[in-house]
Amino acid sequence: MSDLLFHLFAVFTVACALGVVFNKNAVASALCLLLSLVGVAGLFVLLDAFLLAVLLVLVYAGAVVALFLFIIMLLDMQGGDRKRFTKATLVSSTVAGGLLITGLVSFATRGLNHTTILAEVPVVGNSLRAYAEQLFTVYLLPVQIVGFLLLIAMLGVIVLSKKFEGLEDIK
Amino acid sequence: MAVITVERKPLSFLERTYLPNIAAGLATTFKRMVQPSETLEYPEVRPEIPVGYRGVPTLVYDPHGREKCVSCQLCEFVCPPKAIRITPGEIPADSPNAHVEKAPKEFKIDMLRCIYCGLCQEVCPEEAIWLQNQYSMTGLTREEMVNDKKRLYELGGTLPDTHFKWDKKKAAEEAAAHGGHH
Amino acid sequence: MFDFYFELPLLLRLVLQGTAVILVLFPLAAACSMAERKVSAWIQGRPGPNRTVPPFLAWIPGISILQKLGIFQLAADGGKFTFKEDVVPGHVNAFYFILAPIASMIPALTTVAFIPFGAYFTELADGTMKLVPIALTNLDVGLLAVFALGSLGVYSLILAGWASNSKYPFLGGVRASAQLISYELSMTLSVLPVFLWVNAPGGPGTLSLFDVVQSQSQPGFFGGMWYIFLMPLSAFIFLIALFAETNRQPFDMPESEADLVGGFHTEYGAFKWSLFFVAEYAHMIVGSGIFCLLFLGGWNPLPWVTLADVVNFGAGFLPLIASPLVMGVIGITLFLLKVGFFIFFFMWVRWTLPRFRYDQVMTLGWKKLLPLSIANLVLYAILIAVKDLYFPNL
Ligand code: SF4
Ligand code: SF4
Repeated sequence: MSDLLFHLFAVFTVACALGVVFNKNAVASALCLLLSLVGVAGLFVLLDAFLLAVLLVLVYAGAVVALFLFIIMLLDMQGGDRKRFTKATLVSSTVAGGLLITGLVSFATRGLNHTTILAEVPVVGNSLRAYAEQLFTVYLLPVQIVGFLLLIAMLGVIVLSKKFEGLEDIK
Repeated sequence: MAVITVERKPLSFLERTYLPNIAAGLATTFKRMVQPSETLEYPEVRPEIPVGYRGVPTLVYDPHGREKCVSCQLCEFVCPPKAIRITPGEIPADSPNAHVEKAPKEFKIDMLRCIYCGLCQEVCPEEAIWLQNQYSMTGLTREEMVNDKKRLYELGGTLPDTHFKWDKKKAAEEAAAHGGHH
Repeated sequence: MFDFYFELPLLLRLVLQGTAVILVLFPLAAACSMAERKVSAWIQGRPGPNRTVPPFLAWIPGISILQKLGIFQLAADGGKFTFKEDVVPGHVNAFYFILAPIASMIPALTTVAFIPFGAYFTELADGTMKLVPIALTNLDVGLLAVFALGSLGVYSLILAGWASNSKYPFLGGVRASAQLISYELSMTLSVLPVFLWVNAPGGPGTLSLFDVVQSQSQPGFFGGMWYIFLMPLSAFIFLIALFAETNRQPFDMPESEADLVGGFHTEYGAFKWSLFFVAEYAHMIVGSGIFCLLFLGGWNPLPWVTLADVVNFGAGFLPLIASPLVMGVIGITLFLLKVGFFIFFFMWVRWTLPRFRYDQVMTLGWKKLLPLSIANLVLYAILIAVKDLYFPNL
């Protein structure tokens, strides 16, 4: 049962992710992204990680994609003609894709060599308490760093989106 | 005239939150809600028609049962949307009202055109057409919405009248014919 | 008595429960629309719909009460929406146009699964009594799950507005997306103090709605206190955000019939249109339910008086009261009464206040409510820390 569901969700997620890339229509792409996120949430549920599933839906499906749609509708983006690949994008995307595939393959093969017993895997994603403990003890530094990165990104967006006339405006 | 500048007091903190006003508004609507409703249950309960109400135009008889309209066609002429169509006719010589000479043969008011302006009533020299308290005209066809003479008299009925000007005129004429002069 | 039910296969039971929820929630939402018409009528000094009655029932004495309440009007409306010609205008994006009302049903009908409606005592194997919630699922992260699924509701509005391919629905969709994101923040932040309080050190470490009610049913002054007294500001912010999230007046920007014709549903009619409104009312029901669970003690009849107290007291006279069935019914009734009051409150506000302007909605959300809810969170974090450090036994 759970195997079957896993395969269903996995195929669903990947299919929707492909839909994001190949859809001509921006809104349809965003909706595919939404479905793909829901698929991932389903996978989390299969892993008993309810909290992660719920957070994923709440933050990404609930807010971020809605924001995407808002922007798409606000700017009224039409599909339009696609730009042809330039040489630079071609090279960089090949390199990036290659790296990704290498990473995935090595990850998968190592996983195959290791036989972990299911019961030994620490369950931190299912209960709020365990999750919070991990967040505030083991992963405190990464969380803070990510937080700072987000803050910097936000400041950057504010600076970019406001048209500053000169140094006077910043002060 | 001197301009009076009204002192505007700055809003207090509470006022700026709007909350007291919202609460007051809620109290008002709640009071309204527990009050009995003001709607008339229409077909069972009819509204009281005030004096001077301008309802459907109708034709009336005088207290002697004479139809007052003399088909002078003034109302037809004045009616802004041209709702009135009159076919004038003679009064037969053997009628007790023969001295009035004329009466409408047919009198039609198209209630799909009528705008209830009351000009016909105002212009009528005979006080023969009245906008009375009939307010609900319905029909399933266009033809039904045209009131003919019969229906107009049905709706109008008899109104009190003290002039009897045609009778007075006849009496005066007869007196003149008998006595030569006044 | 009901053992046969628990012996059914799990899948069948889940399907039955799910169907039951839909069968209850759908007419309930429809009944809300009638309540809305009645409340608006009363506030405006009218009797509201009070004439419809099927002729073959008219002879029953006393049926005029139902007639006056507009019960049959509701059925007539439902029938009309179902049998009316369902038009898909030529200029719309048909797939998404039809998808939108269907998508609106997903969050509307799923969120209710996480709401406990009542509780009853059940005897554990070792003979002790344990309070069990009456809910389809009692997740550890119940509240978050409701928020998460509820936040998906915005897509039906966005999709409807976008797929309609005309000006006003489009504006409605854009407004919906921005508004719902803005108020979600304050909403989530405003409930955090409640869970800080519930999850005091040594507490259960939970976001379950059942546990929130449980922590309002403790003995002692603070234990039995409803959180609306303990955290009025949180309750206030949550309520405002709830109004905005359910698109109710004065926050019904996406609909706003004065300036947007009908907003996102301008191009809709018949059954598809009614689905949007079933969804809106279902959101209202669920939202009111959450508010009652978080701040009004759920199924407890009064502050400092818990359902268990009442049932134990009543069982002294009539042992039947302590039976799970009766206790469950009492709990559900109490809870639904509170929810019903809140639904009434929603309508009451709707027929009292004028609609905000869109920029006012945004200012209120980002410049007033968000800082307020952050300040509220910080304040309560400090207060709760002080209490836990210095007065742990309070
Ligand atoms: S109703 Fe009056 S105005 Fe009209 S034709 Fe008759 S007498 Fe003349
Ligand atoms: S009320 Fe006015 S519109 Fe109607 S018949 Fe008389 S003059 Fe014509």
